[in-house]
Amino acid sequence: MATTVNPTIKDKDDLLIEDLGYDDHFHEHHDGDKYQSSFITTYIFSQDHKMIAKQFLITGMFWAIIGALMSLVFRLQLGFPDDSLAWLKPVLGKWIQLNAETGMGTLAPEFYYALVTMHGTIIVFFVLTAGLSGTFSNLLIPLQVGARDMASPLLNMLSYWFFFLAGVVMFASLFLSTGPFAGGWTAYPPLSALPQASSGSGAGMTLWVVSLVFFVVSVLLGGVNYITTVLNLRTKGMSMWRLPLTIWAFFITAIIGLLSFPVLVSGLLLIMFDRGLGTSFYLSEIFIGGQALDHVGGSPILYQHLFWFLGHPEVYIIILPAMGIVSEVLSVHARKPIFGYKAMVFSILAIAFLSFIVWAHHMFMSGVNPFISNFFVVFTLIIAVPSAVKVFNWIATLYGGNIRFNSASLFSIGFVSLFISGGLTGIFLGNSALDIQLHDTYFVVAHFHIVMGVAAFFGMFAGIYHWYPKMFGRFMNETLGRIHFWGTIAGSYAIFWPMHYLGMAGVPRRYYRFDTFDSFSHFTDMNQFITIAAIVVFALQVLFVINFFYSIWYGKKMTVKNPWQATTLEWTTPINVGHGNWEGNIPTVQRWAYDYGKDGHDFISQIEPLKEGEQTAH
Amino acid sequence: MTALVVFLCLILFAIIIVQIGKVTELAAKIRGEEEVQDMANRRQASYSLIFMIVFLVACVVSGAYYKNYMLGYGPHESASEHGSSIDSLFSITLFFTGIVFFITQILLFYFAYKFRAQKGRKAAYISHNNTLELVWTGIPAIVMAYLVIGGLDVWNEVMPDVGPDDEFIEVEATGFQFAWQLRYPGPDGQLGTRDFRMIKEGVNPLGQDWSDVKNHDDFLPNELVLPVNQKVRVRITSRDVLHNFYLPHFRVKMDAVPGMPTYFIFTPTKTTEEYRQQLSKYPEYQVPSPADSEKQMWETFEYELACAELCGKGHYSMKKLVRIVSQEEYEQWLSTQSSYYLGNIKGTEYDPIQEATTSAPAPVVEEATPVTEEAAAPEH
Repeated sequence: MATTVNPTIKDKDDLLIEDLGYDDHFHEHHDGDKYQSSFITTYIFSQDHKMIAKQFLITGMFWAIIGALMSLVFRLQLGFPDDSLAWLKPVLGKWIQLNAETGMGTLAPEFYYALVTMHGTIIVFFVLTAGLSGTFSNLLIPLQVGARDMASPLLNMLSYWFFFLAGVVMFASLFLSTGPFAGGWTAYPPLSALPQASSGSGAGMTLWVVSLVFFVVSVLLGGVNYITTVLNLRTKGMSMWRLPLTIWAFFITAIIGLLSFPVLVSGLLLIMFDRGLGTSFYLSEIFIGGQALDHVGGSPILYQHLFWFLGHPEVYIIILPAMGIVSEVLSVHARKPIFGYKAMVFSILAIAFLSFIVWAHHMFMSGVNPFISNFFVVFTLIIAVPSAVKVFNWIATLYGGNIRFNSASLFSIGFVSLFISGGLTGIFLGNSALDIQLHDTYFVVAHFHIVMGVAAFFGMFAGIYHWYPKMFGRFMNETLGRIHFWGTIAGSYAIFWPMHYLGMAGVPRRYYRFDTFDSFSHFTDMNQFITIAAIVVFALQVLFVINFFYSIWYGKKMTVKNPWQATTLEWTTPINVGHGNWEGNIPTVQRWAYDYGKDGHDFISQIEPLKEGEQTAH
Repeated sequence: MTALVVFLCLILFAIIIVQIGKVTELAAKIRGEEEVQDMANRRQASYSLIFMIVFLVACVVSGAYYKNYMLGYGPHESASEHGSSIDSLFSITLFFTGIVFFITQILLFYFAYKFRAQKGRKAAYISHNNTLELVWTGIPAIVMAYLVIGGLDVWNEVMPDVGPDDEFIEVEATGFQFAWQLRYPGPDGQLGTRDFRMIKEGVNPLGQDWSDVKNHDDFLPNELVLPVNQKVRVRITSRDVLHNFYLPHFRVKMDAVPGMPTYFIFTPTKTTEEYRQQLSKYPEYQVPSPADSEKQMWETFEYELACAELCGKGHYSMKKLVRIVSQEEYEQWLSTQSSYYLGNIKGTEYDPIQEATTSAPAPVVEEATPVTEEAAAPEH
């Protein structure tokens, strides 16, 4: 990694760091850098947070492609149920059933459900949790708080490798002869607990649980590290109120994860007990496969409580990092401070707190006492307030700005648009009376895909385009990035907007075909349209992947340290950051992260001391 | 071969795209970075304005186009008493969220366009504005409070169980992989007790305890037939995994949970025939019916019972017909239904009462045992 900039030539930032920085004697330990001494310790078992971030990102991209391809297969089934899928036989094997006479290949219903289940599990956990939070928390926390690395680089490395292990197990489950788990990503028992109930509930479910337990270990190891790093390794002067919103978001996300993921594990453990040890936590009075089972006294609803105690915070684990990224990227490219910084922080805190007391809004129609639902309706709809505050603040950040349009800022604007569209439909679903009709219809599918699926992807894309130069020392191609953006936002709306109409017509989700009911069969054209839009959007993501990998080696080189003229600390590190992030001292922080356009300066870096008589109004 | 050609085409396409990217980068070098960024700002800003207009217009137009299929916005009015309050709550929510949707989307893309970077212009330094922030925290809070109160009002009207003095018809729906089994209480108006251990496929699908006389007049019909304008309490149970009793036209939905009976109470307000008449006025339903080409679509309309909780590979096929009829027709239908016990159980080896009353079991019954079991076996 030859640096193009002569390290002896120092710019203003270097001088400031040399002058005001803090000498932690990091570079005096010159017994060789144990973190990056060989190919294996540099690229594979790396303990450098920047490399681990890239590992999370690329693994996440791998899973995103798998998850998206699965969705294409089931979209083909939904859009064109009577067309032959025989051409998929070489890939899907026995899951495509050939009609001996006509040669027509149909997707096996059990595999359709396996695809839907795996799509959800993979995108929610592997892509939007590990791929998003894992990537950017790792990359940005040490860089933006002014730390050499994470508090524990070893745990950080383990965090990635547990994620990898979870992935290996999940991937293996795809090739089981009984198929991967097919009971929905929520894995409600008894369907998930009884192998008699569904072929995927046999070995597929066992591997699903094992994989998720490894995954939770990964999240916890990562989360402990993120929290510790933010609390203990902030550089001198970096008070909590000077943290960029990205760090606030990652910090709170990690806390939510730490408090909620263990509950999922406990829920899954009880399922394993019911499956293997004959306990009856979730099972009662079941007659299946011609047999009455011995289980009595359990409640399937208990599982739903445990699952959603994670499941609901999980959606904020997904969306908060995206929100943090968007806040930062919008501010940098609008050349304005983020509007209402403190309100933004308090919104994050409020959302995080409320996310723990709204879980039963997923269960209004599950048979829980309707009286209890009253509380969950109230708390759920209160979340709309901090969410609305965030939206207004993003819009106000654009107001009066001098917006620089590029892929990163476009994806941030797109994020806000999607978050509005998807967030507003949450107001329908959170109201239990409306949920009677809308629960488990396509309205829900439209809601969560827009608000936490596509929106979180947009946050991720904004982050990738914005910090790509920091990760790889090069830029991604802008033209391709803009094509990617406009195609993806138009295409995503084309996919998910019509689903609101399906939901309003009462069409239930998780249907293998719609022509079994007259009530649900009016939308053949719409379903074909959605499928075609999905294929187009997928092609655009391929374009993104090409752009990503091409640019690693052939992208435009970064020639200045701070290409976006941003104030935060990561842009004071050298162009090709080595281990330890700063070459000499650690910078100390003199001001908050959002001094854009202040007192006639385009931007003032966080390391610049306050000038005499300067007002700090924020 | 086709696969190869497609593959090559894709590769070619990818190369072309990458080349386009490269060319623009070169152009940027020639023109100068700043110039190019300036042009990008102008272009992308106008794209965002165009996108906003197309997007918002498409939202309205597509909504209008599909409205006659959507519950509550065309002929698909609610067919139950409580359903109309759910529909009006939906409309109120749509009204408020619609306003917010249009305002925020317009402001977002318009600001993006208006405040695009221009040479010689500087961004304003606005870090916060307490009054403004208070206003836009307060207004959503008030609107949400309004919607919450309206919603909970409806919810607490719809969901409570029947009181001791209420008059209602009780029916039972039991989900299993992959169908519904309906049960009516018969003339005594009471459903007999069940025990899942007594379930025997093809003989006793619900595990009814035949020693309970309340079971003796219960009947198990093939479709859900209910009289119009009478309160119905559906007792919802499951035999194996979770299911969900879903009547889209009546705004009824409730999980069926093994081991824990649930319920839903509703009052149908439109007979099947009335609903057909309502549909007949709309051109969307004046087309030949897929079910019967002699008839128009509205003529073959039926209410349907569906499953709305993933229950396995046959989840999408748990259909039962629902017919809402006048009181007279209902009574007539009731008179044609016969007790399951009398028709299938009484006098067989499964009848515990027979065993108790006759001291020596009749040999005929004993011989019948293997036959019945064999007959039931293939259904497993």
